[in-house]
Amino acid sequence: MTKLTIGEKDYNCEPDEVVLDALLRQDVDISYACRQGTCQTCLLRCTDKVPLTKSQSGLKDTLINQGYFLSCLCVPEQDMTIKLPEQSDFFSEGKVVVNEMLNRNTILLVVECQDILEYKAGQFVNLQREDGLTRSYSISNIPQQSKTLEFHIRRLPGGQFSEWVHDEIKVGDQLLVSEPQGHCFYLPDRKEQGILLVGTGSGLAPLAGIISDALSHGHTGTIHLFHGSSELEDLYRIDEMRQLSRDVVNFNYTPCISRGEAPEGFSSGRAHKVALDALPDLTGWRVFLCGHPEMIAEMKTQAFLKGASVADIYTDAFHVSVNE
Amino acid sequence: MSESLYDRIGGDAAVNAAVELFYRKVLADYRINRFFDNTDMEQQIAKQKAFFTMAFGGPNNYTGGDMRTVHAKMVKNGLDDSHFDAVMEHLGASLTELNVPAELIGEAAAIAESVRADVLGK
Repeated sequence: MTKLTIGEKDYNCEPDEVVLDALLRQDVDISYACRQGTCQTCLLRCTDKVPLTKSQSGLKDTLINQGYFLSCLCVPEQDMTIKLPEQSDFFSEGKVVVNEMLNRNTILLVVECQDILEYKAGQFVNLQREDGLTRSYSISNIPQQSKTLEFHIRRLPGGQFSEWVHDEIKVGDQLLVSEPQGHCFYLPDRKEQGILLVGTGSGLAPLAGIISDALSHGHTGTIHLFHGSSELEDLYRIDEMRQLSRDVVNFNYTPCISRGEAPEGFSSGRAHKVALDALPDLTGWRVFLCGHPEMIAEMKTQAFLKGASVADIYTDAFHVSVNE
Repeated sequence: MSESLYDRIGGDAAVNAAVELFYRKVLADYRINRFFDNTDMEQQIAKQKAFFTMAFGGPNNYTGGDMRTVHAKMVKNGLDDSHFDAVMEHLGASLTELNVPAELIGEAAAIAESVRADVLGK
C-alpha cells in the first residue's frame, strides 16, 4: 500500500488501485470523465520526483516536465505528494523595482521576488493587489538571472488592475505573486528545431522570455518572431528586437501592422498571416502563439495543417477578465 | 492466442503517428471539415486517438451508445454516409502512408465500419 499526501492530509492507495479511484474512495473531490487517459480531465500534479511515465502518455512535454499526470492511469510505485488543480495559488511577496512605459499603452513592470527557482520565462503568474484584486500576467524574462519577474501590462480601458498599475503603482510598492502556471515555455531539448513565435500586442511578453531562454540554452535552430498589432504605436521593443536579429545569426524578427499601409521595415497584415506566407512548411517546427484568442485558435489549426505536430504547439491566449 | 491487430500494427506509437496524419487530412477536406469548425484541436486529437485505438482493436471503452450520443448533433446538421465514407477514405490513406500492410488496413477498416450505423444514428 502506498501513501498519497495532499496538503496536510494523507490518503492510502491499495496495490493496483489508480490514484483517481483511491482519492475518490476517500472523498477527495476530483473532476474526471473518461477514465482511460483520453479526456485529461483528471490531471493532477505530483511535486516529488517519482516515476510517472505510463500516466503521462500523450501529455505535453512541458506538463510532463512539471510533474503533471493522469490520475486515472496512475498506479503509484511509491508514496506521492500531490497537488490538486485549485491548490496552486500559494502567494509570495513581491516588490516593484521598475515601472516604465514601453509604448503608449503598455508598461514594463519589474517585481523583485524571493524563491523564483521554479518560474520559467513564458509561464504566467497571478498578481494580487492588497485588497485581493487579481490578474494573470506572463513572465517576459529569465527570472533566475535577476531574481526579478518582468511583465508587460497593457492598459485596458476600465480595467481595474491595469489602470492601477499604469496610474498609481510606484517603485517600492508591494504586491503578491502566485506560483508559476501554464505550459507555454521552452524546454532545452531538440536544439536544432525551428521555432516560430507569433504574438499580438503584449503577447510579446511571454515570447520575448521564451526567446531569451532558448538563446541562453544555445538553441541552434532558426527562430522566427512575428509581432503584430493594428497600429505601429502599439508595437514595442522594435529596436531591441532588430538589434537582436543582427547580433544573433539564427534569430529573425518581423514586426507586422494589420491596419493601413505598413512603413518600410514592417510587414503589412496580421502577424499570423504574414508568418504563414513566410513559412509554408512547418513540419518539425516548434510553435509558440500568445495574445489574441482568435488569432491563436486560427493559427493553431493552420500551423497543424502546415505540418507542425500538435505536441509541438504551445499557446497562451490572453482572455480579458469578464469582471473588469 | 494470436496477437491483436493493435499490437501487430505497432500499438500506442503507431496510433500516435496515424492520428495526426489522419486528422490533418480530415481538417483539409472541404467535404467534412465544417463538422470540426468549433472543436478544440487538442481534445479532438485525443478523441481521434481513442477512435484509432478502437479501430485497431486495442484497449478502449467505446460503446455504440457513446458513438450515437456524441454524433447526434452532427447527424441533425446533415452528417450522412458520404461523410462517413470520406473519413474511411482518410483512415485508409493515412495507414497506407505509414506502410501498414494492406490486410491489416482491411481489418482496421472493418472495425471502423462496424460503428457506421451508430455514428449516423441509424
